[in-house]
Amino acid sequence: MPADFNWAIGGEAGDGIDSTGKVFAQALSRAGRHVFTSKDFASRIRGGYTAYKVRTSTEKVRSVVDRLDVLVALTPRTIEENLDELHEGSIIIYDGERTTMADVEIPEGMIGLDVPLKSLAEDAGGAVMRNVVALGAACEATSFDIEHLDSSLKKHFGGKGQAIVDNNKQAARLGQEYVRDNYPDADLQYDLETTDNDYVLLNGDEAIGMGAIAAGCKYYAGYPITPATDVMTYLKGRIEQFGGHVVQAEDELAAINLALGAARAGARSMTATSGPGIDLMAETFGLVATSETPLVVVDVMRSGPSTGMPTKQEQGDLNMMLYGGHGEIPRFVLAPTTVEECFWKTVEAFNLAEKYQTPVYLAADLAMAVTEQTFEPDAFDMDAVEIDRGKVVDEESIADHQTESGGFKPHEITEDGVSPRAIPGTEGGAHMSTGLEHDEQGRRTEDTEMRVEQVDKRNRKIQTAREREDFSPREFGDPDSDNLVVSWGSNEGTLVEALEFLQEEDIDVRILSVPYLFPRPDLTEEFEAADDVVVVECNATGQFADVVEHDTLQRVKRVNKYNGVQFKADELADDIKRTLASGQEVEA
Amino acid sequence: MSSEVRFTDFKSDKQPTWCPGCGDFGTMNGMMKALAETGNDPDNTFVVAGIGCSGKIGTYMHSYAIHGVHGRALPVGAGVKMANPDLEVMVAGGDGDGYSIGAGHFVHAVRRNVDMSYIVMDNRIYGLTKGQASPTSREDFETSTTPEGPQQPPVNPLALALASGATFIAQSFSSDALRHQEIVQQAIEHDGFGFVNVFSPCVTFNDVDTYDYFRDSLVDLADTDYDPTDREAAKEKVLDADKEYMGVLYQDENSVPYEETHGLDSSMAEIDHEGAPEGATDLVREFY
Ligand SMILES: Cc1ncc(C[n+]2csc(CCOP(=O)(O)OP(=O)(O)O)c2C)c(N)n1
Ligand code: SF4
Ligand SMILES: [Mg+2]
Repeated sequence: MPADFNWAIGGEAGDGIDSTGKVFAQALSRAGRHVFTSKDFASRIRGGYTAYKVRTSTEKVRSVVDRLDVLVALTPRTIEENLDELHEGSIIIYDGERTTMADVEIPEGMIGLDVPLKSLAEDAGGAVMRNVVALGAACEATSFDIEHLDSSLKKHFGGKGQAIVDNNKQAARLGQEYVRDNYPDADLQYDLETTDNDYVLLNGDEAIGMGAIAAGCKYYAGYPITPATDVMTYLKGRIEQFGGHVVQAEDELAAINLALGAARAGARSMTATSGPGIDLMAETFGLVATSETPLVVVDVMRSGPSTGMPTKQEQGDLNMMLYGGHGEIPRFVLAPTTVEECFWKTVEAFNLAEKYQTPVYLAADLAMAVTEQTFEPDAFDMDAVEIDRGKVVDEESIADHQTESGGFKPHEITEDGVSPRAIPGTEGGAHMSTGLEHDEQGRRTEDTEMRVEQVDKRNRKIQTAREREDFSPREFGDPDSDNLVVSWGSNEGTLVEALEFLQEEDIDVRILSVPYLFPRPDLTEEFEAADDVVVVECNATGQFADVVEHDTLQRVKRVNKYNGVQFKADELADDIKRTLASGQEVEA
Repeated sequence: MSSEVRFTDFKSDKQPTWCPGCGDFGTMNGMMKALAETGNDPDNTFVVAGIGCSGKIGTYMHSYAIHGVHGRALPVGAGVKMANPDLEVMVAGGDGDGYSIGAGHFVHAVRRNVDMSYIVMDNRIYGLTKGQASPTSREDFETSTTPEGPQQPPVNPLALALASGATFIAQSFSSDALRHQEIVQQAIEHDGFGFVNVFSPCVTFNDVDTYDYFRDSLVDLADTDYDPTDREAAKEKVLDADKEYMGVLYQDENSVPYEETHGLDSSMAEIDHEGAPEGATDLVREFY
């Protein structure tokens, strides 16, 4: 394990925890350090406890750990909430002048740095900057070069003018100097070294938004919902520069129908939501598939059912995405496994949607959607983006797809199942598309033969995709191991880190991280080659375990977590070890 | 092409299966004529149809079209228009589609003021599902699901539209072919959301709101000195429970459509790059 360092700021929702955490994460990123953040937050705007945690190292970090080295505590509860993660030598920065913090007790063996955050902030120009004073104090406590913080402050506050940036820099310096002057003898042993590496810092929602723009998406309609809102926030103000548009719809029914309209007009179009919105979109999703409209629907999963735990992690919507909607609906379901993959799978989703004129679910989850992580900028190499619009006809080629009387055939029966697509405005292409069963021209029919031909045609697109596309899983660990661990979604990074814990105990495993949930890779051979298969996922019933058991006709062991918190590497290693050793019987 | 377009070009080769005498025949004819008369042709027209007897209109007309899910036609139409403002977008559906299951979208479509027309074929009944009360059915209108009548006041679509900030509100009658066409034409030509509630009688399931009833009771505003640009006058008219009006009840002459306020002036269909668009790398740099 690389020596890593864990920092957090906690307080009440509304205390600016998120933005302060992000400023510090950005400072670390600009100092050439890798960063992996996590958020522990309640959904109320005031009153709830909230924290932003940063794990950082000079090497790549892929998950969260149960350890805190420096904690900025704005409330007594912040300390209580984190007692398990704090340890001997941990540093707690707090403002003893704050009434609630006046008699706070610093646990035995830890170092309390009592810094008058508010007063110093006022000296620098305003009490709002008290968190920044804390960041300055944190720099001093970790021997971290404050110039990186300056650079991050400039990035975050630059839009508000130089005076604001200068005040913030001053606030940070007052915090730094206060610690230096008042705690000269404290045993502050952390030393955050810097490197020359350039990293970018972003979360999964932002990566999805950026992927959409890269893929030529021009239209986004959505209704706010945690944890998908950041996709809309990201696109607003940016997509317009690329000729696109964002609409805040009146509800998710409108959102998907607006997006469908734009897609019918020929635009690359997308909507994003979370479980409750996916439920509402289900009826239209079937229309999208039947009318053979290319559309990308993002589900940033959170804990359900119903309103569930809106700010907590879960991978509980898999069945909904695989099977949701009445009737039988051809579809793609893609699940990015990292923040970087959120970008690439979004690009791929647009291509699949247009090549096969089929809706695509992009299944992201909270754990990667709202946590910032560092990457080499090359991870998002725009030159590697390719756009494939599929079978779009123009005024000339349209003649090959018309009836004798000149009627265009948007649902032409073809060998690969994909029909020609005429974008409105194309001369000679006028046609009906409908959720009713239809003939090749899109005209309603209940003819028994045509019904079967159209159903088969639509399903054939999925078969064609299986033949033409690469739906392989991502592989980690020991390829020859008899222990096979399978996962989907954001668990990948944690699994990769769990490998090291398992190695320490001489347990080797082969990991398959599956980004294609439908159509998905056939894992029969891999399962047969293994003695044990363990499926890891954040839900209670093992939805993915069920489908792969069905695919391979083999029983698997299961590791499930559904308390709302993503897996941690050491914990997951333990779970895998125990599960491998167990004769876990699967309930049929 | 448009100069040669005749209204029959908007007819598909499917024969309507509406009951003989259904008001929807006249409603559709007027829509096709209005589209042709305003210089549109099937290849630049996009019709969005709701679900209901009325919604079958998409099948009987010829143009780019979609027949979607019940109650969601308005957002589809708005999406089409935003993505390609060069298209003529017309949304049509029933009173159930628009004022019951889709009522939420109606309010917001009106507010949004996208430049398109919305034709509601109001027969004050659910036709397709064989005669249940609709949101515009009278309080005492007896149906299989409301044997004593709905016992609640009907929705007033005109007032709802006005309260939601409509820029064009009109009402027409399917059997007054000329006036109906004229009114739809005005809705098409209006810069913004052109809403027309069309009395389109259901001869099979509604024996109250009949041709005779509308013929006898409708007052054509064109025969009066009514000024549709006067919002105060419009308030009075749309709330007048004693009369049924035909014609334009309100038009905001200064209406600015959504596309204009939001700078949407060209089609989003085209993608002129095979990889990421120019400038995309700047997006990555933003995250430094
Ligand atoms: C989600 C959903 N619920 C119910 C239906 C059944 N349904 C079809 S049309 C309709 C009512 C149609 O009434 P209206 O909109 O007034 O159209 P009309 O047939 O009178 O022209 C209903 C309830 C449906 N298609 N979809
Ligand atoms: S049932 Fe009524 S609305 Fe439907 S086609 Fe017949 S007359 Fe028209
Ligand atoms: Mg009706």
